[in-house]
Formats: sequence, C-alpha cells, structure tokens
Amino acid sequence: MADARSVILGRIRAALADRPGPVTVPREYDRVRDLGDVLTLFEKQVADYRAVVRRVAESALPAEIESSLTAHGVRVMVTPADVPTWWRVGQFVWSLDAPMSPLPNAALDRADGVLTGCAVAIAQTGTIVLDAGYAQGRRALTLLPDYHLCVVHADQVVATVPEALARLESTRPLTFISGPSATSDIELDRVEGVHGPRNLEVLIVG
Amino acid sequence: MGRNPVTWLGSPTFPNAARDALSDVQLRGNLAHATTTIRTKRAAAVAELPDWQRLRESGQAIKDEVLSNLDSYLERLEAAVTARGGIVHWARDAAEANEIVLRLVKEAGASEVVKVKSMATAEIGLNEALEEGGVSAIETDLAELIVQLGDDRPSHILVPAIHRNRSEIRDIFRSRMSGVEDLSDTPAELAEAARAHLRRKFLSAKVAISGANFAVADTGSVVVVESEGNGRMCLTLPETLITVMGIEKLVPTWSDLEVFLQLLPRSSTAERMNPYTSVWTGVTPGDGPRKFHLVLLDNGRTQTLADRVGRQALRCIRCSACLNVCPVYERTGGQAYGSVYPGPIGAILTPQLGAGTDDPQTAALLKSLPFASSLCGACYEVCPVRIDIPSVLVHLRGKAVEGTHTPESVAMAAASWVMQSPARFRLAQRAASVLRLISRRGKVKRLPWPGSKWTDSRDLPAPAAETFSAWWRRTRG
Ligand code: SF4
Repeated sequence: MADARSVILGRIRAALADRPGPVTVPREYDRVRDLGDVLTLFEKQVADYRAVVRRVAESALPAEIESSLTAHGVRVMVTPADVPTWWRVGQFVWSLDAPMSPLPNAALDRADGVLTGCAVAIAQTGTIVLDAGYAQGRRALTLLPDYHLCVVHADQVVATVPEALARLESTRPLTFISGPSATSDIELDRVEGVHGPRNLEVLIVG
Repeated sequence: MGRNPVTWLGSPTFPNAARDALSDVQLRGNLAHATTTIRTKRAAAVAELPDWQRLRESGQAIKDEVLSNLDSYLERLEAAVTARGGIVHWARDAAEANEIVLRLVKEAGASEVVKVKSMATAEIGLNEALEEGGVSAIETDLAELIVQLGDDRPSHILVPAIHRNRSEIRDIFRSRMSGVEDLSDTPAELAEAARAHLRRKFLSAKVAISGANFAVADTGSVVVVESEGNGRMCLTLPETLITVMGIEKLVPTWSDLEVFLQLLPRSSTAERMNPYTSVWTGVTPGDGPRKFHLVLLDNGRTQTLADRVGRQALRCIRCSACLNVCPVYERTGGQAYGSVYPGPIGAILTPQLGAGTDDPQTAALLKSLPFASSLCGACYEVCPVRIDIPSVLVHLRGKAVEGTHTPESVAMAAASWVMQSPARFRLAQRAASVLRLISRRGKVKRLPWPGSKWTDSRDLPAPAAETFSAWWRRTRG
C-alpha cells in the first residue's frame, strides 16, 4: 500500500485536475500608514487592553523601573542575563536566566515578575513582539511570572502589522503580546487574567 | 469509506435537532446575548481599518493561490520544517491521525497530555481516541475546559461554551474542581479558578498537543493565535509538541501573514489583536520543546478540493464571524449542526468533509446541513476570506437532492424555504402554522414542521415530480 504522503499528494493532484489558473494576489491594502505620532498611539492602544503604560525619559529609566517594581510590591524578579545591568535596580532579588544556566520552571513560577525588552512594537494594535533576542530571553521567561514589565524603545515602534512583520525573522521563536492574558470565553466578554501574566506594564522610552 | 468523526455519531438531522434547540429558552437567551455583543464589537473593530475590503481581497487570493498549488506548498513546508529539526507526518483520515498521535505520546512515555484548543483535533475525535489508548487529554482553553468538565459538546468554533452563561459555568466548576466551594459567578473569579486548576498540569506535562492557525510554506513557521496563555504554556513548556494541522492551513510566505494577522483577530474576537500569537519553526535549542511533530491531516479535505464550487470552503480561517451573524445559528445554537463545525461554515464544510460515509444516519445529517440557512448572505459579507457561503449552500443543496424526488428532498427544500426569513422561521416553531404554509405552496399535502420529521414522511404519498432546482427557481422567483 502506498504511504500516506504519496496518497495525499496524489489526491490533491487529482482534485486539481482542472489546475485553476495562477492567482494574482492583489496587494492594495496599506503596508504602511500615516497614523500620526506612533508613540502616542501605541501608548493609547496598550492602555486600551488595560495594561499599565507610560512614557519615560532614557535617563530616568532605572528610577522608573524601580518605581514600577516598588508600586507592584515585588521581591524576586527574573530577567534574561543580557538585560543592561542598570535595569537591575534597587533592593530587589534579581534571578538571571542564561542559555548555559537556565532557571528551572519552578523558579520562574515562584518569581514575582519578569523584566525584558522587546524586538518590535506595533502602534496600531498596541502589540509588543518578543523574538528571544537581546534582553528578551527564552519564551518561558515571560510566561510563568504573573507580572511582566517590558521596556520598549521609541525606535522599536512601527505603525502597522505589515511594518512589524517586515522587521521580524520568522524562524526565531516569536511571541506577539497584546495586553495581559485574557479570555472571551464567558459570555464573549473580555476578562483579563487567565494563564499568562495577568499584569502587563510597558515603559516607552523616548 | 467509514464514518468521518467530523459529525457526532448518532446526531439527528439538522431540522430535528433544531426543533429541540428552539425549545430551550435558556440556550437561546445565552446565544442571543453573546452573538449580539460580538457583532457590535466586530463592526467597530473592522471600521477602524480603512483598507478592510482590500485586506479581504488579498486574504481570499492568498488562500486561493495556496489551494491551487497545494501539493507543492505542502512539499515546501515539509522540507522547511524538517530542515529546522521538526518531524512531519501525513494522515489520510482521522483514524490515521489519531494513531500517529497516540503512538507519539506513548513514545514520549506520557499518559497525560495538555491540549490547546484546536478544531482539527476536535474534528478527528482525538481526545476519545487517546482515552481509548489509555492517555488522558486535558483541555486547557477555558471554554474547552467548561465543555470537558460539563461532559458537554462544543457549540461555537471560537467559544465552545457560548451556550453556557456565567452561573452555569460556576456550577460546573463547583462540582468538578476541588477547593472552589465559595466560587462566585464573576468572570474574573471563574478565570482565576481555571488558572489555579491548570497551572500544575502545565508544569508537569511531558507532551502537548496543539492545532495551527497558519503555517508558512517557505520557512516552516507555525502560528497559533490565542488569548489566555494556555497556548503559550503548551507550546513552550513540555518536552514534546505535537501539532495537528489541516493541509489547507498554509500561507506561501511570511509576509502573507501580515494580511491574516489583521483579518483574524478583528473577525473573531473583535479585537485589534488577540492577546497572544506564537510563532515557532521546528525546534529551537534551549527554547521550548526539544521534539516537534507536525501531523498534516487530509480527512476529507482533498475530496472537498475536488469540488470546484465547494473548494472555497477550504479558505476558512475559523474566525467564527459567520456564526455570530447567522440568524439560524442564533436561534438553534451550534449543537444542532451535529458537528464541531457549526453555523454557516459548518453547513458547507461538514457535508464536504464527511461525504462518502456509509452510515445512513450520518448521511442524512450531512444532506440536511446545507439547508440549515436562510441564504440571507450575512455570512458572506463578514467572511474575512470572502467565502461565498450562500452559493456553496445552493450548490450543495443541488447535490443533496440530485436525481431524487423523494419526500426527503422535498421536506428539506421546504425546511430551507422556511429558514429564509426570520419571520417564517419563527412561525415555523409553531408546527400548525407551518402545515398551513407548506400546503399553501400546493406541493405537499401535509408535512410536519418542515423537514423535522422527514424520515416519517416516507409514509406520505410521493410529491409531484419536480426537480429541486426547478422548484427552487419557481418558488424563489
Ligand atoms: S467561513 Fe469565513 S467567516 Fe466563517 S469561520 Fe470561516 S473564515 Fe470565518
């Protein structure tokens, strides 16, 4: 008996006996769009998901991180080992996760929060995208702790989804995050907070 | 051919099931509330994008391109996934897919798996197959959990427990979870209960099973779109990830996703973007599962592809917008469709995926489904990939009654006539009025609630010999 692969491919070829002509894909939609000040829009859209968000000056970043963490009452923070040292502020316990010395899941689960940067942010949809690159760590890091503090730099913010995808490499592990974990499963109403971090806080630098 | 589990064994025909659903006042109240909410929100989310219609046109064309060269795109995907350390499996039908998954789970030494909601695995009845093989599958999506704990069946693509309101959900949780005696019915508390219930499972699971919303043929990247973070848990924490994906879920290139990541969230949950979208390619050392298996599933898709009119149903991205606008769905609920695919998309997809069954009751259900519509066209208007559902319905109706002048075909035609307007549909709930209506058409002397008892109608004298299509043209003017 032929193997499943050749049977399925054979069925497809038979089904397409009419070989529908080549399809020209229209690309009339807006790849870029003038949405005014993208930072203002990004801030507004992130807030719309009931995430906490504010604009901060580069020089004030450590102080702002400290005030966020203090306001949140955290003690143990996890962070990828490559975040800038000056982000690891104050009197908190910083657990570093590195490829050669990954923290066990139990430690991530027990941590009060996680601090990362991001790869790209999308103003129109209020989305941050992590690509496991610089200052972001592996995916589990931003998943298990209940509080995610994310630093977004102004030059990482683009207007539209197409602009964001153009900046990303699809073969890296990617996570698009739009607001805190939520569900619409109860009477189709969005409720924040199921399995992912229930608290998302974004600091926009610049 | 055997029976495709895309329909539930022993389900009555649509008109029969619909009649029961219509008498369930609680169900209709829950549904009307939920669909009204989401319709309004969707309209607002769509209005924000001035290029919405152009995105739909691109979405349609990209999917058509994939379908018309599906063989080569699948080979490309397989090569890309393999090159990045994934293992690709092919499954002709549900039974073969279930066997593959069960074998992989056993090889990984697991007796329990966590699952993220997936239409493909629901379609093939994977949970039941795993159960039979001694593996318990834990649904981690809140709505799926509600369905699973309530020993219930799903009724919506996106929100399988849409037929349950908050206090019903609280009651299910109270009776099936431990330590939640004081649980209230506020959605936040219900969500919290699910979080606590499942966290331990996520941390200990060795194997996760997911579906896929999209896969990029060029790069082998797979995409899962979700809200709760249970998807991320499943895709990230266990050592082995098994993804079951219909063969039509492809897009050619990474940049094609820019269309669908805009179309899907606004159409489904009416959000600018869903909370989480995960993209992974094969295996990434040090980040996520060490083993990745991708099961490519046919299960009736190739026979659907062979139908020149019906194949457009394979463009579907399972957003569920067509359900939420459908007047028939809103009144009958999802379970009346006897399948994991309810609503307008179910009415055209299920009969095609399941065609060729040798089970007479299933065949009867499949034939009745294309009549579960009023042909009002609302589904086509909202569909992000512009599936012309009304045309496919009419086409499949023609096929269902082809060459038959049986009482069944006339009864189904009558049912569809009644469903054409909400007013008639409401009227139809009172069987007496319907008898009068139908007989006034001069076609059938007596018929109960249209089609609802069409199996009984076999005792009736054969109706006038008129083909369905002739009848259709005449009665629709
Ligand atoms: S048929 Fe269209 S509207 Fe309906 S679920 Fe599929 S993509 Fe969405």
